[in-house]
Amino acid sequence: MSDYRIQGATGEWEVVIGLEVHAQISTQAKLFSGAATAFGAEPNTQVSLVDAAMPGMLPVPNMECIRQAVRTGLAINAQINKWSRFDRKNYFYADLPQGYQISQLYHPIVGEGAIEVQLDDKNPESTKTIGIERIHVEQDAGKLMHDQHPTMSYVDLNRSGVALMEIVSRPDMRSPAEAGAYLSKLRTILRYVGSCDGNMDQGSMRADVNVSVRKPGEPFGTRTETKNVNSVRFVMAVVEQEAKRQVAVLEDGGKIVQETRLYDPDRNETRSMRSKEDAHDYRYFPDPDLLPVELDDAFLEECRASLPELPDAKRHRYESVLGLSAYNAGVLTAEVETSRWFEALLAESAAKQGKPESEVAKQAANWLTSELFGALNKLGKGLAESPVSPEAGGELLALVGKGTISGSAAKQVLEKMLETGDAPGVIVEREGLTQTSDTGAIEAAVDAVLAANADKVEQYKGGKEALFGFFVGQTMKAMQGKGNPGLVNEVLKAKLG
Amino acid sequence: MAGGNPAGPSFKRKNAMSVDTATVARIASLARIKVTEEEIAAMVPELNGILAWVEQLGEVNVEGIAPMTAVIPNKQRLREDIVNADPLTGGDVQDKVLSNAPAGEHGFFGVPKVIE
Amino acid sequence: MTDLTDLGVAAIREGVAKGEFTAVEVAGAFNAAVAAAQPALNAFITLTPEKALEAAAAVDADRAGGKALGKMAGVPIGMKDLFATTGTTTTAASNILGNFVPPYESTVSQKLWDAGAGMLGKLNLDQFAMGSSNETSAFGNVISPWRREGSDAQLAPGGSSGGSSAAVSARIAPAATGTDTGGSIRQPAAFTGISGIKPTYGRCSRWGIVAFASSLDQAGPMARDVRDCAIMLEAMAGFDPKDSTSLDMPVPEWEANLNADLRGKKVGIPREYRMDGMDADVARVWDEGIAWLKDAGAEIVDINLAHTKYALPAYYIIAPAEASSNLARYDGVRYGLRDLPQGAGLQDMYAATRAAGFGAEVKRRIMIGTYVLSAGFYDAYYTQAQKVRTLISRDFMDAFQTVDVILAPTAPTAAFGLGEMVSDPLAMYLNDVFAVPASLAGLPAMSVPAGLDRQGLPLGLQLIGRPFDEQGVLDAGLAIESRAGFTARPAKWW
Ligand SMILES: [Mg+2]
Ligand SMILES: [Zn+2]
Repeated sequence: MSDYRIQGATGEWEVVIGLEVHAQISTQAKLFSGAATAFGAEPNTQVSLVDAAMPGMLPVPNMECIRQAVRTGLAINAQINKWSRFDRKNYFYADLPQGYQISQLYHPIVGEGAIEVQLDDKNPESTKTIGIERIHVEQDAGKLMHDQHPTMSYVDLNRSGVALMEIVSRPDMRSPAEAGAYLSKLRTILRYVGSCDGNMDQGSMRADVNVSVRKPGEPFGTRTETKNVNSVRFVMAVVEQEAKRQVAVLEDGGKIVQETRLYDPDRNETRSMRSKEDAHDYRYFPDPDLLPVELDDAFLEECRASLPELPDAKRHRYESVLGLSAYNAGVLTAEVETSRWFEALLAESAAKQGKPESEVAKQAANWLTSELFGALNKLGKGLAESPVSPEAGGELLALVGKGTISGSAAKQVLEKMLETGDAPGVIVEREGLTQTSDTGAIEAAVDAVLAANADKVEQYKGGKEALFGFFVGQTMKAMQGKGNPGLVNEVLKAKLG
Repeated sequence: MAGGNPAGPSFKRKNAMSVDTATVARIASLARIKVTEEEIAAMVPELNGILAWVEQLGEVNVEGIAPMTAVIPNKQRLREDIVNADPLTGGDVQDKVLSNAPAGEHGFFGVPKVIE
Repeated sequence: MTDLTDLGVAAIREGVAKGEFTAVEVAGAFNAAVAAAQPALNAFITLTPEKALEAAAAVDADRAGGKALGKMAGVPIGMKDLFATTGTTTTAASNILGNFVPPYESTVSQKLWDAGAGMLGKLNLDQFAMGSSNETSAFGNVISPWRREGSDAQLAPGGSSGGSSAAVSARIAPAATGTDTGGSIRQPAAFTGISGIKPTYGRCSRWGIVAFASSLDQAGPMARDVRDCAIMLEAMAGFDPKDSTSLDMPVPEWEANLNADLRGKKVGIPREYRMDGMDADVARVWDEGIAWLKDAGAEIVDINLAHTKYALPAYYIIAPAEASSNLARYDGVRYGLRDLPQGAGLQDMYAATRAAGFGAEVKRRIMIGTYVLSAGFYDAYYTQAQKVRTLISRDFMDAFQTVDVILAPTAPTAAFGLGEMVSDPLAMYLNDVFAVPASLAGLPAMSVPAGLDRQGLPLGLQLIGRPFDEQGVLDAGLAIESRAGFTARPAKWW
């Protein structure tokens, strides 16, 4: 699909990318203990004796973690393994109290699935399927702080034992843009499903970026893994920098070492993490403190039934049932909050106008994507902080739809709504923006305009049809902008014959 | 009696050497146990004796046999997602968590500075 | 008045309930016996006479107040120092935990206190429960109260629950907790002429017990007779939602249902346990056991446990593998010993701490476990051992199609002398050859004293039952106990 190529001295190189995304599962309590998971607590307060790996402490899995992993698996059409189990990954580090991470290597809970990404917003043909190898559930590690003491690092175990899903893609991506689109889409899906809040700046989602390069058509090259990259933009930068670096090394006659690297956003480069190099013999084996997790059909069915409409299905419905443009459908489904906002707006507007949603959807979509987004953008606000609620927006759209105010008046009303937070009806009333649909008044105004411009009427009748707009403008001016434009048109057409 | 071999001739030790000093040093490093050269030298024959002895497991035909997962048939229970449902396995026990810390400071565990 | 320290669990409970003596008097008597024996036997790591008295006073107050008394009311016990006890140092007999004071109580010990028991102290053991002689403790060997006839050589009390077996057999505790990973309740019980039962894996919660090998570890009681074991096991057992491997089943009334009449029962005799060169006294006692069970009405059936000889090597892969991982948490960061050499980094601190904190046997097992799990060896060792374990378990299940309970010796020898085996780890491991198969299969198994060898040392017989059938094991144990007439006890030399 993609024709992203790196131009080297020896010719073109192709980049091969796979992502391992760690997504924090949205739960109240940790994966194996009852300590809370909330962000930003005092150090070591959200730590149980289990999380601190006190002698004799034992893990008991949190059902919600299993449930959310299964729901996520179902959302990417993956195979759900009704029999899975937890393994221990053994290594020593100060953020890992047990001396092992409880993870799933041999029998992950979710098997193969896939995600469809669209590389160009405006081009529905630019889709590509990225394979997902597996999703497994595992514990997060604690946190080390290095700048609080001259000779010591400080350990905070609040995150230790928080549940993560590790979502492992196939090496199916071939450009920074594809990697970025994949991560964005994955984030969108997780947020729709509700299995992860997707807050990348709080570390709720981070990606290990596996990159290798090869001459097109050749077998995969040796890959490097750049750890814990925490934004879409950085993932794209890592791919670009790492691919360039590898090409340079190879063209210099060097070899790529399979290693762990770190991204430095300030210098926009990756560098080797030698400190973790000798830890590669993880001695995985099944955790003997835990039993196999066996899921029954009723559990899977409950997970399936609880899934919301997912972004691809929603987008398709917006286009086919609501008649929205591909672009608008894409924009409105990209974030679960946007689609929720839009659907609330649509319901409100349809109800107030007594029309089916499909009839008022385009109007609502256009208003939201151009008028409201534009206005919020100027205010530097997101939809979540919008002073205008979907209810108020629906009311405004109904005022336009029913002909109470004109489209241009609606723009003024929105401005006032953003300023004051008042309801649109109140603003229309106060500002006297109600448009006139009284045919008598319109006829009178039209008659006056035509009488005052007899010469132009002559020219119009003589074939200068462009003058029609002039008559409309004059009539509207005479009516101080409150004439219903549709009716003004109708009356003018009738009178001008 | 001491050193007697109650289990019979099949437990006889082979003289196969499967680990050398370098391997023992690597294993000790992996297990984070500091060992002296003398300790390594002493461990080599000991570990080899034990490893040669356990190698008899290779004789057993295990074709089609699944490795044991649960010794007594039992299914994993899953708990409800409730914070501090049981105070024994809940949080908000910073004092208990830190009460035995060799270097507990300002609510943290102190460790020698880690350079990343 | 009888010497209170001659009484076991049932007798103490009854005497306290009837008001023949007070719980405080009992606790006082045992506290004194413990203090007197401690210098010679070294059965305890920590003494807690005040805890014993405190619990006893509460029982006496309850009785005076007419409140219902628990299953263990007024019984002071020894607690193996592998169970976390709030506010009382819990060491696992290792320097690495030498200063560890848990802010929590293990489920099993809590249940015992709730049932009215009191704590005499924390009992010595093999370090991290790794050993069969109690010679790996960082706090010195436990000396068995037993001696060979005409000798004052120091003998091993067995292990790893050697402090428990020494204390109960010396009559300085009426009962004690033990844990059994590969025979650590049964073998020391056999060595010291007492009873001990390892219940079905999952009966007793592992929460708060310092882990050795998670898939094998089980707590159980060690006491003077079968009835006392039944009483105490009832108090210890029960579902614990904090332990994923805990059995969600009601605790049967083992004591009330004790029944030594074995008519209609079949007892299996595993031919593979009768090995070449078997100790003559062990073979004799086994034959006597067969006769006693016949006498109790049971039908004797020869059975095959074909993979028996592979149990021990499988165990010495699985247990060290799990231990190598379970013991990774002892790193000097959050609790316990920290050895921080000048200028050491984090990983150096780990290596120094663990080198200083762990004893030789613990290191040996961590090394083996690390090796068998390491890259390239995992399948050959660990997976193969777990497959063999499946076969061993299957052998038992096949046998239990026919028989109700299995009778075998507990250990291949009577107690050996301290120091006799330490130079040869493998020879020491072989002492668990009869105990380990039931551990690998998670089955309930018990040792009861059955007789003395030619040197006057106790020998035990082992009963192995179906999963969940502790009752069958206890009943057969009682049938042996009532016929063996085992009354020998060590002469008091301390
Ligand atoms: Mg990774
Ligand atoms: Zn991971």
